[in-house]
Amino acid sequence: MKPFNLIITGYGGQGVLTLAEIIAKAAFVQGYDVKQAELHGLAQRGGSLQCHVRFGKEIFSSLVRKGNANLIIALETVEALRACYFANKKTIILTNKKIFRLPLELKVILKKIKKYSKKLYVVSADEIIKKITGDITMVNTYVLGYALAKKLLPLKKEIIWQTLKEKIHPEFLEENKKVLGEAFRKSPSI
Amino acid sequence: MKKVLLFGNEAIVQGALEAGAGFATTYPGTPASEIGDIFAKIAKKQKIYFEYSTNEKVALEAAAGAAFSNVKSIVSMKHYGLNVASDSFLPLVYFSCPLVVVVADDPGCWSSVQTEQDCRWYSRLANIPMLEPSNSQEAKDMTKEAFAIAWKYKIPVLVRLTTRVSHSKSAVKVGKILSAKTRGKFNKKFGLGSTITVERHVKLLEKLEKIKEVVEKSKFNFAQKDNNKGKIGVITSGIAYSYVREALKELNAKLPLLKLGFTYPFPSEKVRKFLSKIMEVFVVEELDPVVEEETRKLTDKKVYGKNLLPEAGELKPEDVLIALSKLLRKKLPINLIKEFSETVPKRIPFLCPGCPHRPVFYVVKKVLGKKIFAGDIGCYMLGSYPPYELENFVVAMGAGTGISHGIAKTTGEKPVIFIGDSTFFHAGIPALLNLVYNKSNALVIVMDNRITAMTGHQPHPGTGFTGMHEKTKTIQIEDIAKACQADFVKTSNAYNLEQLKKDIKQAYDSKGVSVIIAKGECRLLTIRKITRQGIPIQKFEIVKQKPGLRELEQFACPAIRKKKGKYFIDEDLCWGCSLCKQLFPDCIRIKKQEEE
Repeated sequence: MKPFNLIITGYGGQGVLTLAEIIAKAAFVQGYDVKQAELHGLAQRGGSLQCHVRFGKEIFSSLVRKGNANLIIALETVEALRACYFANKKTIILTNKKIFRLPLELKVILKKIKKYSKKLYVVSADEIIKKITGDITMVNTYVLGYALAKKLLPLKKEIIWQTLKEKIHPEFLEENKKVLGEAFRKSPSI
Repeated sequence: MKKVLLFGNEAIVQGALEAGAGFATTYPGTPASEIGDIFAKIAKKQKIYFEYSTNEKVALEAAAGAAFSNVKSIVSMKHYGLNVASDSFLPLVYFSCPLVVVVADDPGCWSSVQTEQDCRWYSRLANIPMLEPSNSQEAKDMTKEAFAIAWKYKIPVLVRLTTRVSHSKSAVKVGKILSAKTRGKFNKKFGLGSTITVERHVKLLEKLEKIKEVVEKSKFNFAQKDNNKGKIGVITSGIAYSYVREALKELNAKLPLLKLGFTYPFPSEKVRKFLSKIMEVFVVEELDPVVEEETRKLTDKKVYGKNLLPEAGELKPEDVLIALSKLLRKKLPINLIKEFSETVPKRIPFLCPGCPHRPVFYVVKKVLGKKIFAGDIGCYMLGSYPPYELENFVVAMGAGTGISHGIAKTTGEKPVIFIGDSTFFHAGIPALLNLVYNKSNALVIVMDNRITAMTGHQPHPGTGFTGMHEKTKTIQIEDIAKACQADFVKTSNAYNLEQLKKDIKQAYDSKGVSVIIAKGECRLLTIRKITRQGIPIQKFEIVKQKPGLRELEQFACPAIRKKKGKYFIDEDLCWGCSLCKQLFPDCIRIKKQEEE
């Protein structure tokens, strides 16, 4: 398989790193060569966060190069636009409908993002999971579920679920399952 | 052999364990922080010793002491951590000290405010053998090799990482972990030798000659087998190697390629041999032209390098791709040509909701107004951003206090210094002593959040526990300040605005050196403790609007926002510190928990 280049982005505290780790591990379990790059540091304190996950037959660089992403998953809309640096005409973008602490207009940003993508999916993940779980902690799980439901990731659902189970505290497993289930229900196209 | 996905930093620890390391030390600093954190996690189980030392110099010295006592030891730190340790680092190479030193550079300054230095120069400055991994497998293998060289030739060995090696995951074949020796006997032969430094220098150079023979044959310096055609060749080291492979694949080019991993002593014979088969060479490396300059010394042929690549900032895969396409006159992949033309506003990091630093900044600005303010290294660097704008300079660990002394002496003003608890233990004490001894005039505010927060919550001498999770003495900063004989010393509760106001005013108004310890636990820690107990986090709400609430913008809690002219508390962000209620008890109250 040609390398699959994925950018996962959001702001510190949204679970970007966990999401990247789950996808990278699942790709590895599925037998691909995997490289993943992430940044630590001030991320906890609301800064931009970008993870790169690449998998395929043979991967050298852990960084996706400019204009070479197959898929961008964003947990925040402005971060989705920032990640369009890695987009090209064939890139699929999936973003949470949310602007966090920046004086920008959602509509304007979404219009810009659209320019950089072949297909743009926009989900109101925060609102949906708040209804299910009471807070927005599991926004990453919801978006992952949505990506799987729409078949945006060339990875097996069962392997992702297995990886998630290993990664997540058993206490939160049931809720994660609920959130994933909801993501599948919200994508009626499959 | 089992294959697992590991970060470069995890692979370093795995390599050390496979080499039989029994003693590990560090002072936390990103991108190296996780090396220590993983040791902290596994030390007890693996029956090895690990500690968070008070600073990098002490960490290095402790590791050297273990090496002198015949125990395999390793010390890790970030790039300018090595500057702190350098005072002992350079002389230790003159001794027969078999020690592995891991240093992580940060090209692009993702987690650094001081410098973007290239620590490979230290190998030349200190005459220390050096390995440069380019991925996690190499990080593990080279750590093992470093131990082998260190113990065979009785010399410290440097393993140099960069952010992308430390923080990238890739597959690693893990081997058997050796049962480690943690007890030894002090070996006088390691420490002594000749007392004449010049003689020891001569001996060191002789050692390096022998190690050079190893370097020339090392499997870490290899010519890529499948790439051999062309008059232009590429020499590369570190993370840049992965970008070169990627770019060559994209350009469908098979150039002669030499990858260097064991780079000091420099493998000049191997490079000379490689150069003999090509007409021109392109040296691809991140940051400084270290390999490039070594290469130039060996040939009259055309050498490309930093004329095609950036010297400052992180090297990116596209930089290498563009440079190679130019050099080879090959067309770029179509999707790189289209420019990304958006200017996306930068996201300024903020202090967490409920952070104990926020009330200190707020009160200092209210009570003291315009003064000279010094910052230091830690989360409280964020006090330099609006609306606080309180730090005129941030230089290096402890430097806020040291520099303020010179300012006080020459301006007659009383500077205000913010320094964290861990930073105070690391490098603040000698600077505080100097203030008192040399009759200075300054206010030192220790931002005591009870942990080394920014690097991931590592313990320090004030926390009461060690890197092995054992209980130990809790060193009180107040006691140290008093022992230094500061003129005014007081501990103040960071979560009590009224007390803070009173104490900070009093401390500033008193003559000479004043120390305020603004104590309040890092809110992340508190929240984690509360959540673990299953207790819901108390949330606050604004129930009455009035013009005075505008003051909340000066307080700048990220949970407090404005919509259609009205202030409200975002319950997703509120971490229940109650400070906003202290400001406006008539407008803000505890939010009633919804009935389940």
